[in-house]
Amino acid sequence: MATRLPKKDVVLVGFGWTAAILAQELTEAGMQVLALERGAYRDTVPDFAVDHIQDEYRYAIRDDLVEEPERETLTFRNSLQETALPMRHIGSFRPAVGAGGAGVHWNGQTWRFLPDDFRIRSHTLERYGAKFIPRDMTIQDWPVTYQELEPYFDKFEYLCGISGKAGNLDGKIVEGGNPFEGARRREYPLPPLKRSYATVLFDKAAKEVGLKPFPCPAANTSAPYKNIYGVQMGQCTFCGYCEWFGCGNYSKSSPQSTIFPVLFRKQNFEFRPYCNVTRVDLDGSRKHATGVTYIDAQGQEFEQPAELVILCAFATHNPHLLLLSGIGKPYDPKTGEGVVGRNYAYQITSSVDVFTDEILNPFMGAGSLGQAVDEFNGDNFDHGPHGFVGGGYIALWTTGGRPIHQSYLPKDAPKWGSGWKKAMAENYLKACSIATHGSVMSYRDAYLDLDPTYRDVYGNPLLRMTFDFHQNELKMSKFLTDRATQIAKAMKPRSFHPKPRTGHYSIEPYQTTHNTGGAIMGSDPRTSVVNRYLQTWDVANVFVMGACAFPQNHGYNPTGTVGALTYWAADAIKNQYLKNPGPLVHA
Amino acid sequence: MPFKSERRAFLKAATLAPAAVALPVRFANNPATPATHGYFSGDETRFMDAAVSRLIPADELGPGAKEAGVTFFIDRQLAGPYGRAETWYMQGPWQKGTEQQGYQLKLTPAELYRAAIADIDAYCRKNLGKPFAELDGAAQGKVLKGLESDDVKLERVKAKQFFDMLWENTRQGFFADPMYGGNRGFAGWKLIGFPGPRYNYVAEIDQYGKRYTQPPVGILGRDPARRIV
Amino acid sequence: MRSFALALLSIWVGAAWASTSEHAAIERGRYLVAAGDCAACHTAEGGKPFAGGRPVPTPFGTIYSTNITPDRETGIGEWSPEDFYRAMHEGKDKQGRHLYPAFPYPWYTKLAREDVDAIKAYLDALPPVRQENRKTALPWPLSVREVMAGWNELFFKEGEYQPDSSQSAEWNRGAYLVEGLGHCGACHTPKNALGGPKRHRTLEGGYGENWYATSLTKDVRDGLGDWSLDEIVQYLKTGSNAKGAATGPMAEVVENSTQHLSEADLRAIATYLKSVPEQKQKAKGPGDDRQRLARGEAIYIDQCAGCHMENGEGQRNAFPPLRGNAVVQSKDPETMLHMVLAGARVAATRGNPSGLAMPAFDWKLTDQDVADLATYLRGAWGNRAAPVPASDVKKVRKSVVAQSSR
Repeated sequence: MATRLPKKDVVLVGFGWTAAILAQELTEAGMQVLALERGAYRDTVPDFAVDHIQDEYRYAIRDDLVEEPERETLTFRNSLQETALPMRHIGSFRPAVGAGGAGVHWNGQTWRFLPDDFRIRSHTLERYGAKFIPRDMTIQDWPVTYQELEPYFDKFEYLCGISGKAGNLDGKIVEGGNPFEGARRREYPLPPLKRSYATVLFDKAAKEVGLKPFPCPAANTSAPYKNIYGVQMGQCTFCGYCEWFGCGNYSKSSPQSTIFPVLFRKQNFEFRPYCNVTRVDLDGSRKHATGVTYIDAQGQEFEQPAELVILCAFATHNPHLLLLSGIGKPYDPKTGEGVVGRNYAYQITSSVDVFTDEILNPFMGAGSLGQAVDEFNGDNFDHGPHGFVGGGYIALWTTGGRPIHQSYLPKDAPKWGSGWKKAMAENYLKACSIATHGSVMSYRDAYLDLDPTYRDVYGNPLLRMTFDFHQNELKMSKFLTDRATQIAKAMKPRSFHPKPRTGHYSIEPYQTTHNTGGAIMGSDPRTSVVNRYLQTWDVANVFVMGACAFPQNHGYNPTGTVGALTYWAADAIKNQYLKNPGPLVHA
Repeated sequence: MPFKSERRAFLKAATLAPAAVALPVRFANNPATPATHGYFSGDETRFMDAAVSRLIPADELGPGAKEAGVTFFIDRQLAGPYGRAETWYMQGPWQKGTEQQGYQLKLTPAELYRAAIADIDAYCRKNLGKPFAELDGAAQGKVLKGLESDDVKLERVKAKQFFDMLWENTRQGFFADPMYGGNRGFAGWKLIGFPGPRYNYVAEIDQYGKRYTQPPVGILGRDPARRIV
Repeated sequence: MRSFALALLSIWVGAAWASTSEHAAIERGRYLVAAGDCAACHTAEGGKPFAGGRPVPTPFGTIYSTNITPDRETGIGEWSPEDFYRAMHEGKDKQGRHLYPAFPYPWYTKLAREDVDAIKAYLDALPPVRQENRKTALPWPLSVREVMAGWNELFFKEGEYQPDSSQSAEWNRGAYLVEGLGHCGACHTPKNALGGPKRHRTLEGGYGENWYATSLTKDVRDGLGDWSLDEIVQYLKTGSNAKGAATGPMAEVVENSTQHLSEADLRAIATYLKSVPEQKQKAKGPGDDRQRLARGEAIYIDQCAGCHMENGEGQRNAFPPLRGNAVVQSKDPETMLHMVLAGARVAATRGNPSGLAMPAFDWKLTDQDVADLATYLRGAWGNRAAPVPASDVKKVRKSVVAQSSR
């Protein structure tokens, strides 16, 4: 029998980026906010401190900041014809556990989707015609425009202290930035990071092949920075331990380094760790949430009543919770009906390793230290001859030179033995890699639902993921890989090695933690779970944050757009919902 | 919680012994912390020494995996949380999956090693007359290649799967921080020119093409003999 | 009838006046209590405000603070303003018994009567808390309170603050605050073996709760010599400035006390502090043991440069510079050693809520490591202070362990 607790105004499920932003904004509005996190409280000191955090084996191999599959995982299959099996250890993506979520161990890549990304379906139809979109591709226009989100992208960037160079200031194209980006109102809060040697060589080569490279927008601060909440951050010192690690000197933007100091002072904010939310509780009408149920570290069950429930867990966990709670009609790929789990997407990546004769010192790096070109993203180029939808950016990052995983060897290098030793000794300091970072469209047969067989530690069915790369994505990725190869050639290296993405999507090797969809936003409740304010159509006092809202995934890392959407939703909650609780959009 | 500085619990005496370090309590549960006891039997250790010596031999470029303590590293890891697959989802039912569905064995890494080593030695005895460790270098190399290509068929275990794990763990042991017992004397890092975990390259990052001159350092300092095992 | 009405009116107006001035006294009292940081001793960790019971460590033993809420039996609810003034001014309780100078009456004696009354008014307005005072057990003869009469004879000069007419009003206000309510010298002035403050060496540096409180003199190396007025004000208001950051017990002082003071009062304090004469002692350098200095430099690059930067400049507004740093160059290196071993967290204030922190290095640096590092720092980038022996580190490590197990 669950113990019922005193009611709160707002309950946030999960405590990563979206929850930290909402907690800060809603406590400012006077709400009593409770954040329930299944993991522990974590802070820069002692959890990510400089004294021990640069431990590749512990954090990048044994995944110490990542969610243990033993506690929570999902089952996976490429297609409906297969039986989904559990992802038994960490592989393709790395969701976090603990305060700060993946905002602790990310690289800090902070992009804005393009204006035309937000209306991809309409735009594609306009420019290329109906036949250009394959029948099983279920892409949708977003129910918000880039212009509507622009002030919120700006806010997230100034929260984080993004280091970058504007390419489009209010419509005017600015030299040195991304000429393809949507217009922004002002410069980035910090100038770009100092460049590493490999990124300088890439920059030169990209220009030689007629492209316009620019610095990757980085949530790694190029100078000490005081953010919009008065929180002080340090300056990135290029330690080369960004992704998979917490930042020890407050120079990677995270909930800890940008929000916690002001949030945790507040009397109207409560953080409760070790609380695993197993469902959102609904009343008899099933149109109103009464709160959530959670299980604590001792296995005791609690009912936490709340006026407003906001799901802020990882992008795959939120749809899972909706399914377990019975909010929204589960998607059925056979009929194409239903919404929860629909339009799951990911990211398609590839690379070209480059072997130079220069000492590149790869171990000097930062998570978003890189130069990129955007000519092949979105609809920045004519897709007509190519016959695929989507695109991506191409970048050379120097994120670090961690010896177990971050070393590159030429294609013909021996795989082990003395020959391998020689290849490592000759190449480690002089190798780098160009990455392509491509979009993944939504498809009828790429979706999330509940697994019929496997269960978690609480006895609930695991989430089941059905996903594969379609021909559209493989074609597009090959196109990007070829463009990247061109740039690699122009670097005039000793040798280079293209590594295109081919075949089926595998859950094994790490690719990105850019899982999107499953609780998508839209204008039509028949094809979306949440409206343009991330409020569920079915239950007006349940909102769902995160990349699960993306109707498809575009050619950029998702966090910038996730941050913008969170601030956008926070505004809607503060200025509209709290004044008049109920559906904010009438379909 | 947030505004109280957390004092570390002091596990041992204030002065540090050369080999072991007094760790904060926070280290205790992490999945990388090696066990303080061993896992491999004598025979298994002999197999491992021989195998890792083939995978990363000692040569003119420097020490190999055996000299770098890789067997010891893997041994302690298998005896610890990694070997027990403590963070993995190990609920049934167990089915053979596609290549894309990843690891689906009921065996933990420790169990996989035990079964594989026994199977490989049985294969070697049957086909080559001796267990793996007693074969000459060339023969050992051939066996490993056969495991890698999956041409060698083992009783209980898929050869390539074990080989991939063995090679992965060997590389980890060769390049991990020496506090875990491998990468002895910074052998792995010295081979490639990695200066260890350092936090500040602001002055050096734009010295394009210049070699970095500070010596390697581990988390416990410049003395690679300092360990947590 | 009219005169009666007028009389009523004057009574009513009089009453309104009285309550306004009462309220004003309470508010003034609240401010003065923040300035005096009474809560630092009289509010136990996790305890009710001003109910006492907090252990105050002294070199002679632990003294437990008393309940100063207006509870009539266990607090000071029965104390008249006279009784309270006597405690603050003479160091005697209502029964006339001597109080131990862990209660800093040698400083509070300077307070003007109306300030003491305002403090009492504020304390009287607090919710009364029933909590018996813990018996303080000091070793004999200190257990005999009359012994304090002798101590007072030697070290206590009773008397309200007398302005110095040769100085500005601002300077005098600063002196009144620093030498009175602020009781800065209780930590920052060196003490003799009997725990008496060395008055001829005011604010040259001293001890508080196992930390070394830096010199506040004009000395450029280890004092406030090259801090501007604005920098001192910023430090007290927000917890840090370009030159240093408040950690340890000083972080609590900033959080509970100085961040709440007015800009004018902080400037007054800064004005007074800038006038404190420096000691005429030439500092010793770190010595020329090249091996130690090389080892210390290596440790610095490996362990410290990530925040304090390779040139010791720190990161502006985030991590203090070690170059020219007073804590690094303090004659007694205890605070620096304490921070390296146990870590530190900067005061989190309204002006700067960040609370940036430094981790503890005790688990991976030996006594010799820390001593070599400290010695190196005391000679790097123009710093100048004496070398640090490993035995100093060993001592501090013991107190760090003792504190962390409390």
